[in-house]
Amino acid sequence: MATGQARFLHPLHGLLLAFPIALFASALASDITYLNTAVVQWSHFSAWLIAGAQLFGALIVIWAIAAFVRLRGTPFRLRALIYLGLAGAMWIVGLLNSFQHSRDAWSSVGTTGLFLSIFSTLLALAAGWVAYSAPIVTGATR
Amino acid sequence: MTSKLFAPIAALLALAACGGPGEPIDQNGSDPRLPGTSETLLPPMSIARPAGWDGEVPTVPQGFTILPIATDLKIPRQMLVLPNGDILIAEGSGGGAPKIRPKDVIAGMIKARGKSKVKGGDQITLLRDQDRDGRPELRTVFIADLNAPYGLALAGGKLYVANQDALLEFPYEEGQTKITAPGREVTGLPSELNHHWTKALAASPDGSRLYVGIGSNSNIMERGPEAEIDRAMVWEIDPQTGAHRPYATGLRNPTALAFNPETGVLWTAVNERDELGDHLVPDYISSVREGGFYGWPYSYWGKHVDPRVRPQKPDLVAKALTPDYAVGSHVAPLGLAFGNGTVFGPRFANGAFVGQHGSWNRHDLAGYKVIWIPFAGGMPAGKPVDFVTGFLTADGEARGRPVGVTVDPVGNALLIADDLSNTVWRVALAVRPAPAPATGQAVPQ
Repeated sequence: MATGQARFLHPLHGLLLAFPIALFASALASDITYLNTAVVQWSHFSAWLIAGAQLFGALIVIWAIAAFVRLRGTPFRLRALIYLGLAGAMWIVGLLNSFQHSRDAWSSVGTTGLFLSIFSTLLALAAGWVAYSAPIVTGATR
Repeated sequence: MTSKLFAPIAALLALAACGGPGEPIDQNGSDPRLPGTSETLLPPMSIARPAGWDGEVPTVPQGFTILPIATDLKIPRQMLVLPNGDILIAEGSGGGAPKIRPKDVIAGMIKARGKSKVKGGDQITLLRDQDRDGRPELRTVFIADLNAPYGLALAGGKLYVANQDALLEFPYEEGQTKITAPGREVTGLPSELNHHWTKALAASPDGSRLYVGIGSNSNIMERGPEAEIDRAMVWEIDPQTGAHRPYATGLRNPTALAFNPETGVLWTAVNERDELGDHLVPDYISSVREGGFYGWPYSYWGKHVDPRVRPQKPDLVAKALTPDYAVGSHVAPLGLAFGNGTVFGPRFANGAFVGQHGSWNRHDLAGYKVIWIPFAGGMPAGKPVDFVTGFLTADGEARGRPVGVTVDPVGNALLIADDLSNTVWRVALAVRPAPAPATGQAVPQ
């Protein structure tokens, strides 16, 4: 970069990343409510929240791959690899959770769905932590 | 274009719906083997893609013939033969429950691949074939502007039509080819959401009571308990007053109703729940006991508890009746008609024809045929016999999908509605032992 500064996250990338963090966490909350109440509307909320998280998550994963390639020769290299790994794992766990939530009635959540929601929330939080904690590096090449 | 669009989804489904078809299990009869439940991350979905008949016809037993008696219909479902031999065909497609989950959108697109693209006719077509050669001389729209009509019955000189939202009564005079009089609403029928929208209809032998089959509003309560009020049951209705009461409950989707002519007992064909594995839960035909509870949603095949329903109801499960006769899992029996003893000779005299629409929720394709179940003393006696087959091609495409089956005692035939090729098929003996006179014959009741 001509300015000699490199940043890890583009602002738009940062905005997109906020969605899976919020949506997976919300799905976890509505899953817990479903298991406490057996009111199916909560399971339906979870299914849509997870679907939304997957939509934004897919964009995040694509951007994370591009960032990993772009940042190969920079001090961000390791951070980009870890971020890609966390975002990818988040999306795969989220996909499994989408399938779980497509099952009917109690089987749409159950113990498996609850654990998948916990894992995808933790992975989203971890990916966010790695991405948002990156310092601005000056004097970077490229 | 669409098939390319769905190819990745299909591949993903194949991947996630792990496990294979396993060994075949014969689940016909009064005591079917029930494997343990097998819930996969994604349900197995095998859809038979539509293929045309291309001049071919379904396969019938030796000594029988089959011909299309009407084609280019608009989603034919159930039929009724009037006393003068005129044939009525209800055409329509109802439902349209809102898609409340991402699954509803995706599963709906996949299932639509196995259905006709034709829009339901919302009408009843009349066929008149007085010389009984299977080629009608007259075809008219008998009643138009209906709302997804399905069940048909004639009782006390009146014609009853079960729309997806109301039971209608029409005045009928023998020989009429068109009814323009507005129908009188006997009673409204439960139609909120209408996940399972078909309203099967039968009249008691004396015509004093009508029975309507009302399907559940979900596979297994995934729309919540409020959606299931007045669902998954058979109503008994007084046609004079419209007064009605639940006659039997816990019947997930009673898609056909018929009275056994030998005993006068009401029978139904029921489509059981999905997504518990290739061999759960067997669909069935059963006599309908007044006040009986048949398990849905809390249990299946008697007292086998469905783990997906919360809260569970052990007190109701303890009361659940076991159905009489299983016809296989996911085969979708939509047609039920008793033989009347005279139409097809001694081999197919006492028993029931069952039209099987065919499966989607198992690895292998099942159903897609019309079977014959022999009866003795008012109950099934023996294994079913394939009566009409050939609805699937060798490579698993569907040429047709049977829905209603109706015995035509005037024309000495079995009629089969096929809602994929939009045809009504007519099966008759190739050579009648004693040819029926063309007209003026009294109808055996």
